[in-house]
Amino acid sequence: MKEKKGRFGIHGGQYIPETLMNAVIELEEGYNYYKNDVTFNNELTELFNEYAGRPSRLYFAKKMTEDIGGAKIYLKREDLNHTGAHKINNVLGQALLAKKMGKKRLIAETGAGQHGVATATAAALMGLECTVFMGKEDTIRQALNVYRMKLLGAKVVAVDTGTATLKDAVSEAMKEWTTRISDTHYCLGSVMGPHPFPTIVRDFQSVISKEIKEQLKEKEGQLPDIVLACVGGGSNAIGSFYHFIEDKNVKLIGVEAAGRGIDTFETAATINTGRLGIFHGMKSYFCQDKYGQIAPVYSISAGLDYPGVGPEHAYLHDIKRAEYVAITDEEAVNAFEYMSKTEGIIPAIESAHAVAYAIKIAKGMGKDKIIVITISGRGDKDCAAIARYRGEDIHE
Amino acid sequence: MSNIKKAFENGKAFIAFITCGDPDTDTTISAVREAVKNGADLIELGIPFSDPTAEGPVIQSANVRALKNGITTDKVFNLVKVLRQDVKVPMVFMTYANVVFSYGAEKFMNTCKEIGIDGLILPDIPYEEKEEFNDICHKYDVDLISFVAPTSKNRIAMIAKEAEGFIYVVSSLGVTGKRNEITTDLHSIVKIIRDNTKIPCAIGFGISSPKQAKEMSNIADGVIVGSAIVEFLGKYGKNAPTYIGSFVKEMKDSIN
Repeated sequence: MKEKKGRFGIHGGQYIPETLMNAVIELEEGYNYYKNDVTFNNELTELFNEYAGRPSRLYFAKKMTEDIGGAKIYLKREDLNHTGAHKINNVLGQALLAKKMGKKRLIAETGAGQHGVATATAAALMGLECTVFMGKEDTIRQALNVYRMKLLGAKVVAVDTGTATLKDAVSEAMKEWTTRISDTHYCLGSVMGPHPFPTIVRDFQSVISKEIKEQLKEKEGQLPDIVLACVGGGSNAIGSFYHFIEDKNVKLIGVEAAGRGIDTFETAATINTGRLGIFHGMKSYFCQDKYGQIAPVYSISAGLDYPGVGPEHAYLHDIKRAEYVAITDEEAVNAFEYMSKTEGIIPAIESAHAVAYAIKIAKGMGKDKIIVITISGRGDKDCAAIARYRGEDIHE
Repeated sequence: MSNIKKAFENGKAFIAFITCGDPDTDTTISAVREAVKNGADLIELGIPFSDPTAEGPVIQSANVRALKNGITTDKVFNLVKVLRQDVKVPMVFMTYANVVFSYGAEKFMNTCKEIGIDGLILPDIPYEEKEEFNDICHKYDVDLISFVAPTSKNRIAMIAKEAEGFIYVVSSLGVTGKRNEITTDLHSIVKIIRDNTKIPCAIGFGISSPKQAKEMSNIADGVIVGSAIVEFLGKYGKNAPTYIGSFVKEMKDSIN
């Protein structure tokens, strides 16, 4: 077999229509050129630091640590970034790249709306046209984010095909790309899709682990014992893991959304319940039925509500370099409330999945051990949904 | 090498696409028989997929209807067995990579050979990923059909050189579905294909009228019509086959 491009073990690849092949090849060539270009990197660093507010803090969660009574817990505060989540790291990178490549328009998919808002933000900043595809269900659940995107000058298309959620938004964004390629860049929001997206998005998100490493060295003079992050498509997790992959003593844990439980059909825990397949441009693990029909997935978290997972995570799972666990809605909501009360930090419900697992394992660890949890986003967007989950009738 | 070339021995080829199981398998069987009786030279049978990313709204809705009514890959195989009792024209499957991959590529191709399927069209398998299924297709004499798109440019020669069965020339950017106008310079594309291979090429995407079919058949060796046929199934359901028959006749007449 020939050496194939964009593979992570058996995963990844470019399973897309011929119509898009030259577009992804052009993107790969553009990226390979600019990733080593000094001006591009300086401009991106400037955007990260001055616009997005990087580096994000690595905060010692003293009260949580004392209350749980085990390992020291640090929080990587991606929630403090401009637009409130890690998504901006990738979007600033891709928007700058698109602009350098002469593109005039960004299109994107979004689930809860975080990536859509980040893309609309970067488009406004850089003077690019922007269209965001969002499942119709999600436009209703996240009406405020729809307004935000419009305020930022983007057009929002409500997708009513299929399950009218994130996977359908990805499909429609891909379709849109096949109709207008020459001036349009598809700003994919996670480490998924066809090569080179999983690599590009990982590289732009890897700033998270680069900073964790430097910051923890300064604070503790050592590497963490465990790095924990939530996994939907897996961009904040791969960003948190990347610079630790070679440090074999650092345990990497990805936390999937179990929804109502991994033994039910109402789950989005792809690695825990899915099997190998080919979809949305990549070979990876997917939730699917016996005949390969993609399964509807469920989680309280719209950001983790996706039936696939990035190919590099599938690979890290195969080679047992990272461990993938699952947390239910109930556990995540408990962690959401716990962290809010204990540290005064309201995490995104996605990130609360990682917090929930950390709470489970920290107690059994020695006080000299260190856990870093990536808080991928802020939880303000989730307050109404969590209130409803607890039986309070609040609407945005 | 399959029987696909036979489809191109009767003047310009008319290739009809039908989504299996929309609204039920009996209707699919009648629709295929009507199409063949009225001049279709090759039948493209769609195996429905939950997320058909190359399809426009018409065929996507057909996929949804068929899956809702319980179609499965095994039921499609059974339907082909029934059709093969009397349908002699070449037949190919059009579906998505995961349907084949999930079934087990070897088992899938083996069944294709047993039931008389001549080729496989997978819009999410470009040249770079052909190896996924190519060897197994060869083993069971199933031609893996290659696409050439308006954006293929420097890739056309490379694709044409290794193509089998026929080449599916995508008429326009975007997804399947009717178009008022086809503006791609298809003459130039077909010329590069002909300089690099002897296998026939057929144009698809957006062809719905006899006039368009005539224009396209002047450029290539055949035309592929999907959405315009599937639309009858959406509109008339079980009564669609008669309409499909007369439509196919009108289209086939226009190209010869």
